[in-house]
Amino acid sequence: MTPPRRQRRGPTPPTPPPSPPELRPFPHADAADGRSSRGAPDGPQAHGTPDGQPPPRNPERLYAVTGTADGGRAELDLVTLIVACRTPPPGASPEHTAVLGLCTAPLSLAELSAYLTLPFSAMTVLITEMITAELVQARAPVTRRTAPDRSLLEAVMHGLQKL
Amino acid sequence: MDFKSSDTIPGPRTEDQLPHTAQAAVKIVIVGGFGVGKTTMVGSVSEIKPLTTEETMTQAGIGIDDDYGSESKTATTVAMDFGRISITDKLVLYLFGTPGQERFWFLWNGLFEGALGAVVLVDTRRLEVSFDVMGRLEERGVPFVVAVNSFPDAPRYPVEELRAALDLTPEIPIIECDVRRRASSKDVLLTLMRFLHSLALSGALT
Ligand SMILES: Nc1nc2c(ncn2[C@@H]2O[C@H](COP(=O)(O)OP(=O)(O)O)[C@@H](O)[C@H]2O)c(=O)[nH]1
Ligand SMILES: [Mg+2]
Repeated sequence: MTPPRRQRRGPTPPTPPPSPPELRPFPHADAADGRSSRGAPDGPQAHGTPDGQPPPRNPERLYAVTGTADGGRAELDLVTLIVACRTPPPGASPEHTAVLGLCTAPLSLAELSAYLTLPFSAMTVLITEMITAELVQARAPVTRRTAPDRSLLEAVMHGLQKL
Repeated sequence: MDFKSSDTIPGPRTEDQLPHTAQAAVKIVIVGGFGVGKTTMVGSVSEIKPLTTEETMTQAGIGIDDDYGSESKTATTVAMDFGRISITDKLVLYLFGTPGQERFWFLWNGLFEGALGAVVLVDTRRLEVSFDVMGRLEERGVPFVVAVNSFPDAPRYPVEELRAALDLTPEIPIIECDVRRRASSKDVLLTLMRFLHSLALSGALT
């Protein structure tokens, strides 16, 4: 029996990032600008199916992660570590209180989203708000784009070897 | 937002809390078709019970007979299981098991762009379900290794035959595994890390 065959693809030149991010909740009824902001690289591209079906329309997040004027890329990653800066101020919302309770030790945004059962994008909106209010601090991840150095890769290997 | 009172929100057990010294995290994505063993792999190496992060989207695209005129949208939830491995007091590794359909990847910002690399988990009974995933990773320049999860009734091919069929360049590691076993999952991850290290040495990783 022979396996089915595939054909390798090459890298496609990077498309400019969609538009720069700003996080804001939005009621999906007015999703129009959310859609336009999320263009090329990550957006599910419309690919027609071989049998000539029209391409599927893009799914849309429940919360928009849209652009800001100054052009940076979304700062919050699934594994950005969030740490509380203080105890909940008087009158803090239940959401803020819950996050501050969870982040007495560093916790990733993904873990927060899991424990609070909030969609990741909603979590991002909430945390952005809390960073602005100086309730929490974010510790950025090391990504492939920020060029992980060899010593970091070696540290990960040593850590895995100890498992 | 449907929010519970903070007393009832479960958090990490005390022994699962990261130390205050934790400075940064890295992530690896495990991608493959439904039932290929992603969640099993995450669970076999994670130091915490695997968790799930979800994204809800208003779905205008999943339906087959999609009526452009009507604005009837349905909410769809896409989930990713993930786990965690503390590397040092300062560094944490997260593993995400991600569905193979690329059109969901955008839901999580920088899922692949921010990852160190990816493991494409394949089942030889359904090799073709991973073809598109590999193509997408190649297009995006995400380094990956291929891990063949050995199911008992799956056809077995010599590695070089798989490499030819999958049209993978000689340097891309292909490894057989049984992700139910921690040692095997650990091997897969180490294979990816060694590959990334070799790319870094050759200057290909920037
Ligand atoms: N025989 C065998 N079964 C496996 C292996 N890995 C996973 N399974 C089983 O395959 C099923 C699907 O695995 P799961 O991790 O949920 O797949 P996912 O959909 O990719 O997350 C489960 O019942 C696992 O116990 C493996 O290496 N060998
Ligand atoms: Mg799963």
